[in-house]
Amino acid sequence: MTTATDIDKKKPLSGLSESGAYQKLLAFASLIALLIGFSIASPNFMQTSNMIAILQATSVNGVLAVAATLIIITGGIDLSLGTLMTFCAVIAGVVLTYLGMPLLLGVAAAIGAGALCGLCSGTFVAKMKIPPFIATLGMMLILKGLSLVISGTRPIYFNDTPGFDQISRGSLIGEVFPALPIPNGVLILFLVAIAASYILGRTVLGRYTFALGSNEEAVRLSGVNTDMWKMRIYALAGAICGIAGILIASRLNSAQPALGLGYELEAIAAVVIGGTSLSGGRGTILGTLIGALIMAVLTNGLRVLSVAQEWQTVVTGAIIILAVYADMARRKKTG
Amino acid sequence: MTKLVDMTGIDKHFPGVHALKSVQFDLFPGEVHALMGENGAGKSTLMKILSGIYQRDGGDLVIEGKSVSPTTPREAQDLGIGIIHQELSLMNDLTVAQNIFIGREPRKSFGRLDEAALNAQTAEIFASMNLSLDPKTLVGSLTIAKQQMVEIAKALSYRSKVLIMDEPTAALNDAEIAELFVIIRRLKAEGVGIVYISHKMDELKQIADRVTVMRDGEYVGTVDATDTPISRIIAMMVGREVNEEPLDVPDLGEAEVSLQVSNLTRGKDIREVSFSVQKGEILGFAGLMGAGRTEVARAIFGADSKDSGEIRVHGKPVSIKSPKDAVRAGIGYLSEDRKHFGLATGMNVRDNIALASMDVFTGTGGVLNDGEISTTAKSYIKQLGIRTPSDVQEVRLLSGGNQQKVVIAKWLLRDCDILIFDEPTRGIDVGAKSEIYKLLEELADQGKTIIVISSELPEIMRLSHRIAVMCEGRLTGILPGGKDTTQEDIMHLATQRKAAMQVTGTVQ
Repeated sequence: MTTATDIDKKKPLSGLSESGAYQKLLAFASLIALLIGFSIASPNFMQTSNMIAILQATSVNGVLAVAATLIIITGGIDLSLGTLMTFCAVIAGVVLTYLGMPLLLGVAAAIGAGALCGLCSGTFVAKMKIPPFIATLGMMLILKGLSLVISGTRPIYFNDTPGFDQISRGSLIGEVFPALPIPNGVLILFLVAIAASYILGRTVLGRYTFALGSNEEAVRLSGVNTDMWKMRIYALAGAICGIAGILIASRLNSAQPALGLGYELEAIAAVVIGGTSLSGGRGTILGTLIGALIMAVLTNGLRVLSVAQEWQTVVTGAIIILAVYADMARRKKTG
Repeated sequence: MTKLVDMTGIDKHFPGVHALKSVQFDLFPGEVHALMGENGAGKSTLMKILSGIYQRDGGDLVIEGKSVSPTTPREAQDLGIGIIHQELSLMNDLTVAQNIFIGREPRKSFGRLDEAALNAQTAEIFASMNLSLDPKTLVGSLTIAKQQMVEIAKALSYRSKVLIMDEPTAALNDAEIAELFVIIRRLKAEGVGIVYISHKMDELKQIADRVTVMRDGEYVGTVDATDTPISRIIAMMVGREVNEEPLDVPDLGEAEVSLQVSNLTRGKDIREVSFSVQKGEILGFAGLMGAGRTEVARAIFGADSKDSGEIRVHGKPVSIKSPKDAVRAGIGYLSEDRKHFGLATGMNVRDNIALASMDVFTGTGGVLNDGEISTTAKSYIKQLGIRTPSDVQEVRLLSGGNQQKVVIAKWLLRDCDILIFDEPTRGIDVGAKSEIYKLLEELADQGKTIIVISSELPEIMRLSHRIAVMCEGRLTGILPGGKDTTQEDIMHLATQRKAAMQVTGTVQ
């Protein structure tokens, strides 16, 4: 019985009673602390060029993490995000380089392929009732293989598509404010994040995303077609992976079919650090962005301090465990 | 007047269970029709068919003169049937208003939500219910009672013509119940038909017009609520044949008191429960679901913490903080859910028997003495008559009755002389049941102290030397075993709810 804990709370500091807000605050404070710490440790850290490098590094992982956030709020998990991103990049390569289609069509094809694959995962999970972990594990391998098959295991370069590399590397903001050459990739990340935030907070799709993670049976008993909405959410997450695919392909000016594995874990890590509960029902895009930034700052800062790559990985792992532990400790307290 | 609902000859099978056998039920507009029956009588199943959650296997369902077969909750809602489930089905992470309008959110173009309209409409419903609650409150932060009110508001918001309430007052205090009754009366006046499922006899008298009683998935009868005495309704509910062999209650005389529990208390679940059991005695615990019997057992066993209370074993006070302490004091608990808590079903018989006593079989360096385990297991297999091809048979392959015997062997080996059986024959077929009964009697004969918790009254009456009855966490009485006690006596105590238990308040 939860009688002792569910006393009507007189809404403490309105923001804090919100889901994951405490964790988000903690995450934000950690981010600031990291920034200050690295600035003191190395004068090279707080350079505009380095800050922009951090943002650039965040863009791909950030977009993937936004997709992961949607899935995780439903109480699911998606292990195929990384290889789906690569698959979408390869599709863009096929459409643009092999078929010589115009730029916009290539982008649309990548996003469409992402949505379609997401819909497949969604179907496995919602209709066939395969646990998300297994369904997307299978999808991860399928997509990894398909990327290699379609590309003939060779990278596809976008040299024939002028402007493709500018999608990520160009800077619209820099053209207006030359002092702030923020790359387009970062701009796209923020647009994706704002759109996802809006969908989560203001649309029916978003409402069901939270509702499914909170109590799926209750939603079903309320007469909602839960299967269909779950499939839509997976499809949306897939489409966002398509955007990530375009971003990474543009940054490398090539679709690298062997790349991608491991990205999904970094994305999930960013989501978790950002305070989204792995058991579903709560989470925010802002938290995820902060989580993705923390990971990028950490990697970048440790590199600036000349910490070996191996140790960077160790630190990242430790941070994830700490973040989840902090989340669980908080949950235990508030019941 | 046309009937709102007319269900006739409703049949429903689940794998292995004939849940509903040609059941009938009807409902007029502006009527409160109570549906009564013991746990497992089939009330909830019948209502789930009416509300589109289950589909019937046979029979007719007529709503306002039209034969219908809702296949989803949505279709039932469209027919004007709303249901408030026994287990709250709310989404804790959403606000009150978001919960109420889930699936029917006021929308703007492109699937955008109209949050302002959502909150305004919710506020309207609350105003009509005389409920002061902020639509933007998170459901997870509300008390159970408030959550129940949200459920009711949700059902009302469908403008249902038929409202099914499955034990709506289970978590409400008296003032809240009074509020609910005001709402029910108003709905009645508006012509809504209400199906009211409850175990509380006093509420029936207050609110119901007619009462339909079900038993074992069958329709027993429909009577007028105000004219029919409660005793008659209870008789209809329990009216089973009392068991064949009369119980022989032994005279234990001055036998040692082996377990004494005084003022055991934990929150609302257990309220100052005191009782004692003698060596060689079988004490039965009767009560409705949620009466607190399992909670008492778990608190004694140390599986849950207790707020206060003293436990004496063989006259000596013992401090039990965890199951380990209880086992050391010689108390064994056989959970109602063997698969989850009692057995490692993937392991074999002998390892399960030895599971609680591994240290006895452990040699130097942590090596197990398998030969010893095998010999011991075989002796118990013989002693308890466990039917298994060998002591290395996997437990999951045994029948329910034999699994139960393996658990008993485990505790006997551990030298437990106080054994608490929680629903010992659940999921066990009829033949094996009497074998378990005999085994329990033998154990008592050998001087073990036995406590049996059971929801089946015939089982309680078949076994118990004395019968402790619980209701809402309190021990409402201890009855003598044998033929002097009737099922009606037990039901009276089991439904003896305390009036005005709590003073109303917004905060508990």
